[in-house]
Amino acid sequence: MALIQFREAIAQAMAEEMARDDRVFLLGEEVAQYNGAYKASKGLLDQFGASRVWDSPISEAGFAGLGVGAAMVGLRPIIEMMTWNFGIQGFDQIVNHAAKMCYMSGGQFNVPIVFRGPNGAAHMLGSQHSQSFDAMLTNVPGMKVISPSTPYDTKGLLKSAIRDNNPVIFLESEMMYGLKGEVPEGEYLIPIGVGDIKRAGEHVTIIAWNKMLHVAMAAAEQLASIGVSAEVLDPRTLQPLDEELIFSSVRKTHRLVIVDEGWDFAATSAQISDRVQRECFDDLDAPVVRVNSLFVPMPYAEDLEHAVLPTAERVVEAVKEVLYVG
Amino acid sequence: MAAEAKTKYDRDFLTSVYKEMAFGRRFEERVNQAYQKGKFAGFCHLHIGQEAVCVGVQRALRPTDYMISGYRSHTQAISKGMDPKSVLSELFGKVDGCVRGKGGSMHMFSKEYRFLGGHGIVGGQTPIAAGVGFAIKYDKKDDIIVCYLGDGACNQGQFFEALNMAATWNLPVLYIIENNQYGMGTDFRRVTSVDRLSKRALAFDIDNSEVDGMDFLKVYEHVGPIVAKMRKKPKPYLLEVHTYRYRGHSVSDPAAYRTKDEVAQFQARDPIATLGEYLKKSKVATEEDLKTWDKEIKDRLTEIEAFADASPKPALSELWDNVFAD
Repeated sequence: MALIQFREAIAQAMAEEMARDDRVFLLGEEVAQYNGAYKASKGLLDQFGASRVWDSPISEAGFAGLGVGAAMVGLRPIIEMMTWNFGIQGFDQIVNHAAKMCYMSGGQFNVPIVFRGPNGAAHMLGSQHSQSFDAMLTNVPGMKVISPSTPYDTKGLLKSAIRDNNPVIFLESEMMYGLKGEVPEGEYLIPIGVGDIKRAGEHVTIIAWNKMLHVAMAAAEQLASIGVSAEVLDPRTLQPLDEELIFSSVRKTHRLVIVDEGWDFAATSAQISDRVQRECFDDLDAPVVRVNSLFVPMPYAEDLEHAVLPTAERVVEAVKEVLYVG
Repeated sequence: MAAEAKTKYDRDFLTSVYKEMAFGRRFEERVNQAYQKGKFAGFCHLHIGQEAVCVGVQRALRPTDYMISGYRSHTQAISKGMDPKSVLSELFGKVDGCVRGKGGSMHMFSKEYRFLGGHGIVGGQTPIAAGVGFAIKYDKKDDIIVCYLGDGACNQGQFFEALNMAATWNLPVLYIIENNQYGMGTDFRRVTSVDRLSKRALAFDIDNSEVDGMDFLKVYEHVGPIVAKMRKKPKPYLLEVHTYRYRGHSVSDPAAYRTKDEVAQFQARDPIATLGEYLKKSKVATEEDLKTWDKEIKDRLTEIEAFADASPKPALSELWDNVFAD
């Protein structure tokens, strides 16, 4: 097992898939000569040349649409959004075009495309650079949404995303690009739509993904020190959601806390909560509690930003709430 | 049969062009009647008056060329090769529709004939066309893609982004602005900084020109050399075609924003009547021939409508088909 960074896992996945299939190409701002704003495409231009790795103009709607057109006639584009805050400039192409094409063409034109880039807050980047779009993206039929938390999951899921014949949204995080994790030598794939238990436990289930997974893991550690055994479940894919894994964990622990960096109103966590109350009502020993970002645009000042985002402390408090302990 | 033809064009060519344009006109009239009878609903944008454009352009293409358009595309789809039965059945929301009732008036598609829609978001097709051009170059083919848009789409940001990418990367996209003067009810001059839309190309250093869209021969003779040049050396081109829709923006629009005189002026230059006169003058056809053909077209349309009437509605189970490709 090699210990590699999250950004290296992304680069490895893209390089392996580009070597495997010459229909795969990468397009985005700064992805070629600059090696990626976050170095997630480092070395790809050297390895594959300018016909496969394309620096785009700053035109998210335009190059998202270019990717859709290329995908309709047989290419397999990977479109990098430097951040999903910019990516929403391309929402028209993603939502109105990529996600609809297969359906409204009666299955004649599918769109095998990956839109990937960092999502959520980094650190002190202010209101326009700190948003989580999970809920908006998962709300649209016709596309899949992946939001991994480790280099291992990232590599295996990104490879599956590139091979998928549909639009796949791949959500990364500025804060995790330097995160190291073990990744085996050789090829492996992780199927889309399959979650993973990151820490087994008995007393409560904590669901979290992307960088919130690490917040949940820190909370689980703190909880262990006070005798609470938390199970941490990473859905890894948000659309489609691995509901069976979630239900089976909740049926075991009878209590659920969901950690979600998105705003609380109509959040992905709200959807999970709804599904659990519907399917596991008799198994629950307490109402589901959600830990979300506060419903304000992100402030810049460090303490204020810290107050908005879910923290391990807030997760521990939420767990105590569902366990009815002070 | 008329005496020996006095034209540089082949008699059969001119005859088939005339019949195709006349068919397009009668098809749209039949569509309008069916709409008024309540046979279908939704938006319905007719192409009446603009027949010389789609037939003139199509005759300059070859079957492997691609085409993408906006929401006024019934007759463009038919000209590209699609069976009018599949277009009318689609309008009626039937299983024999080109996309099995998933699309309707705005979403005609055919993989076989390389007709890539039928799109309802004004201007959204423009970067998609750039993507198809990108794929053509990627595969080192000498096909082109025609991207139709209206005067209304010329003020969408995505169009500018698409033009910039197409020009920067020399993509073989022929952007054709069908300037029928009105974006829905708004005279384009009231909301556009230029009086000639071909000028939109200047900012991107794209070759451009204008042509009278009320005359088949002018369109055909103008587009042919453009396409030939694009095949030899791929790069984009922007063509503004001056045309006019006789009907409102959609079937529910009485078009009160323009004068009867203005409509009459254009109808006096009717593209079908103009070509009919040419056919008679050059001894390709007699008035009698034209009447006979019109009768044949009407009979054929009666058959087509009977087919679409008889086509079954899609089963409810088809609702879930094609959300994703396998």
